[in-house]
Amino acid sequence: MPLEYTTISEIAGPLIVVEQVREVHYDELVEVETGDGQIRRGRVLEASAGKALVQIFEGTSGLDVKGSKVRFLGKVLEIPVSPDILGRIFDGAGNPIDGGPKIIPEKRLDINGSPINPYARAYPSEFIQTGISGIDCMNPLVRGQKLPVFSGAGLPHAQLAAQIARQATVLTGSEPFAVVFAAMGITFEEADYFMADFRRTGAIDRAVLFINLANDPVIERIATPRMALTVAEYLAFERDMHVLVILTDMTNYAEALREVSAARKEVPGRRGYPGYMYTDLSQIYERAGRIQGKKGSITQIPILTMPEDDKTHPIPDLTGYITEGQVILSRDLHKKGIYPPINISISLSRLKDKGIGHGKTREDHADVLNQLSDAYDRGREARELAVVLGEAALSETDKVFLRFADEFENRFIKQGMNENRSIEETLDIGWDLMTMLPRSELKRISDKNAEKYLAPRLAKASAPAAE
Amino acid sequence: MSNGQVRGQIVKVSGPLVVATGMAGSRMYDVVRVGTMGVVGEIIELRGDTASIQVYEETSGLGPGEPVVSTGAPLSVELGPGLIGAIYDGIQRPLNVIAKMAGSYIARGIDVPGLDHEKKWHFVPKVKPGDRVTAGTILGVVQETPLVEHRVMVPPGVGEATVKSINEGDFTVVETVVVLEAGGNEIPVTMRQRWPVRRSRPAREKLPPNEQLVTGQRVIDAFFPIAKGGTACVPGPFGSGKTVIQHQLAKWANADIIVYVGCGERGNEMTDVLMEFPELKDPRSGRPLMERTVLVANTSNMPVAAREASIYTGITIAEYYRDMGYDVALMADSTSRWAEAMREISGRLEEMPGEEGYPAYLGSRLAEFYERAGRVKVLGQEDREGAVSVIGAVSPQGGDLSEPVTQATLRIVKVFWGLDDRLAARKHFPAINWLTSYSLYTDRLDEYFRANVGPDFPELRDEAMSLLQQEAELTEIVRLVGIDSLSPRQRMILDTAKSLREDFLYQSAFHDVDTYCSQKKMYGILQAILTFHHKALQAIDEGVRIERISSLPVKERIARARVTPEDEWDATCQRIMADISAEIEAEMASVKDRR
Repeated sequence: MPLEYTTISEIAGPLIVVEQVREVHYDELVEVETGDGQIRRGRVLEASAGKALVQIFEGTSGLDVKGSKVRFLGKVLEIPVSPDILGRIFDGAGNPIDGGPKIIPEKRLDINGSPINPYARAYPSEFIQTGISGIDCMNPLVRGQKLPVFSGAGLPHAQLAAQIARQATVLTGSEPFAVVFAAMGITFEEADYFMADFRRTGAIDRAVLFINLANDPVIERIATPRMALTVAEYLAFERDMHVLVILTDMTNYAEALREVSAARKEVPGRRGYPGYMYTDLSQIYERAGRIQGKKGSITQIPILTMPEDDKTHPIPDLTGYITEGQVILSRDLHKKGIYPPINISISLSRLKDKGIGHGKTREDHADVLNQLSDAYDRGREARELAVVLGEAALSETDKVFLRFADEFENRFIKQGMNENRSIEETLDIGWDLMTMLPRSELKRISDKNAEKYLAPRLAKASAPAAE
Repeated sequence: MSNGQVRGQIVKVSGPLVVATGMAGSRMYDVVRVGTMGVVGEIIELRGDTASIQVYEETSGLGPGEPVVSTGAPLSVELGPGLIGAIYDGIQRPLNVIAKMAGSYIARGIDVPGLDHEKKWHFVPKVKPGDRVTAGTILGVVQETPLVEHRVMVPPGVGEATVKSINEGDFTVVETVVVLEAGGNEIPVTMRQRWPVRRSRPAREKLPPNEQLVTGQRVIDAFFPIAKGGTACVPGPFGSGKTVIQHQLAKWANADIIVYVGCGERGNEMTDVLMEFPELKDPRSGRPLMERTVLVANTSNMPVAAREASIYTGITIAEYYRDMGYDVALMADSTSRWAEAMREISGRLEEMPGEEGYPAYLGSRLAEFYERAGRVKVLGQEDREGAVSVIGAVSPQGGDLSEPVTQATLRIVKVFWGLDDRLAARKHFPAINWLTSYSLYTDRLDEYFRANVGPDFPELRDEAMSLLQQEAELTEIVRLVGIDSLSPRQRMILDTAKSLREDFLYQSAFHDVDTYCSQKKMYGILQAILTFHHKALQAIDEGVRIERISSLPVKERIARARVTPEDEWDATCQRIMADISAEIEAEMASVKDRR
């Protein structure tokens, strides 16, 4: 039995100070037993001779200085894992909440993980088809990528994430696939939406869920994504599965981080967030990837709501510096009734070049991507001009591009929540749209692809007129 | 001193910072082994017998009472054959060896030397017994890679000495290859040197830069050139292409040696470099780029203190090759992450913060680092010159250039390539904003440009820049009152500026040909665009309508110039120039006929 201390000297926010401790280690797991026998867990943030600063995950309300007992467990926070973990639902601290039995562990893993050696990484290059045109064609996702969704309050990021989880497949063969879902500080309704969706589609059997709701302990949120990723690493690199990890909402995570930092009276960086937030976030995001010689992979889709839709806010900003691109949702498109409201002009997938083209998607993918985004940008410019000068002032070409931009949003970006488009269908819609534009303006497509994909469409369009 | 080993005891652990007592006798910046696991740390503050230590590895599980042992030496790197082609973490532990020992993840307490001590290298002497030598003299050479001849030098600190014995043969880096004699003492010399990373390696004399570091990137080489031995910074928000620019420079810059420091960035980016560089060929030698590259990778999720050290490890390696007489270019991606590492450690030390929580010494640390760049006359009897050029990426939060790291950097560096996310959103790459960027080497390099690029290149460049400036002003007018308010000459300026943007400044890093542009081709395209402009203005004065000029077929040929392979360039260029004259003159003639 570890020693029990009843020497709490200070409780402040999520932190407690324990005095006269003899053997204590940094980052060690701590158990606190309250006067009425409840057990709470925490970790050591600072280990000094005779004194320890402990962060309590479940919050400190109800703790008292005199009656609480503290035990230092001599190990870091671990999570039990076994193949049976699939299909289970846990709270943010890793306790089962689905009424099922405790996990009989095959092993226990440190939730902090270890950094993957860059030398041992394999470069992500396998295309994942999400069935969503705005992602598949314009911002392709590949296995092992971390591609966040930057959203805003009231935008349909949950629907988008659920749709991706439901539809994601790779085009080559069928390998074991799993979803790990971590909810941090989201509402019951949002969490329920995911759970119901997973149940409805049967995806729950291949999913592991960690749910920390808005009214659950705030500090627990710091551990939640780490547990989820530890499970993901186990499934991916020890059980050869391809794991899709959805983390929502990273904004709540970052606020929890700020809360601890403020309680420790640390010198803040921007907007009160701790100076080490970049490092901390990277220790979550960088756990995505592929490893040489291992079959599995971890693909991450973190979701965050940008405060005031501002992507220069520290949370989206630091995230964007770490992740391999970002999918940004637009309020304007959402208001126009376009789902998913992906703003492709500012969204980006950094790994797209490695995942598309002949043998991966289709040889014309890069051309379609470049041409559509180019033409859409021109259409949007024309739209802005039309707002200032009136549509009549536009040149004929500008008018064509303006119509193109509208059609692009309505036929290409917009799709049903259950509509699962194959990449071929997506690319074909792209070619259909391109027939609106004069060939001389289609500068981004090669003659070969134009011959193969554009010419038949133009011929078909002009055929009835010729009759 | 080093024999009286200092042993202390941990009293506090807080993240990457450990405080230990009983450390009297240890020195600032000495390396220590912390805890029973023996993780590596460095003393960064001494107060009485209490030392604050930044630890280069994860500290979880460490606790008060555990031992701290000083190694009595500052953080040093091993320098010698075997550096090229290696990939190191921030404190020069080879990541490939770590992967072999510990598997896919980075484990703690691993102690591996930076160089392979077993591998034999073929040493060829360059001096004979009896020769007088001094620090920096080349004793012999080793063919480190087909691209790099490694020059084994007398280490700094040795005064005048005589070569006592020297042999050709295969040796490891720890075996003695030369014995020197000075004042009756024998000095054995191996192929390996050790050097503390926080001290710059000495040189005889610092020289002002006078030669261009050619990068093969048109916007940089033409408008904002960097000199060999110069310093540049690339600030930009995420997604604006900082890393692509750094990679492009590492690939195509005409330096002899590239040191690439991935400081607190993405793991997959380093994997990308590792995969791509052995495949890519150096445009000058045709050999794989990896044969001239050293990688230092301390990714964002690796321990933060080692990230702080990685920049110093990188520049020390760069200086070592400079001392051999090479042109070295160091890319640091990103210096902001380095500054953040400093901020984190400073915060744990409870130092009084400066702006945004950064330590007050941020500016001086940045200055010290960039000042280690430069062109120098190196030590040794021979008259050798070497240079270290430094290109640092900066990741300003929210793209806001007023933040402390960018501002402190701008005070030091001579070249500023400002990335603009509006350009990136318009898919204009490299997204270097031509209106805000600058290079203070332009004037100094003008003579070089005249001699090596084209006799009238500085004038062409200035004219092109002025057209782009005028475009910015004219666009404002167009936005307010519409294009019809412009005179034909003004519309021609807009046309040419557009051509400059799309056919010259725009450069695709992912296009096989366009990714690298020779000086000759860069000059040719610029000349073509401006010649067209001059002739077109003449034609407009003669009464030719601007629409006719804009739709001349030669415009299309100019637009495709950037993707013309280098070996076809001369012929293409001549044809374009001939077509410009012919087509515009034909237009002028037809106007005259109608009169």
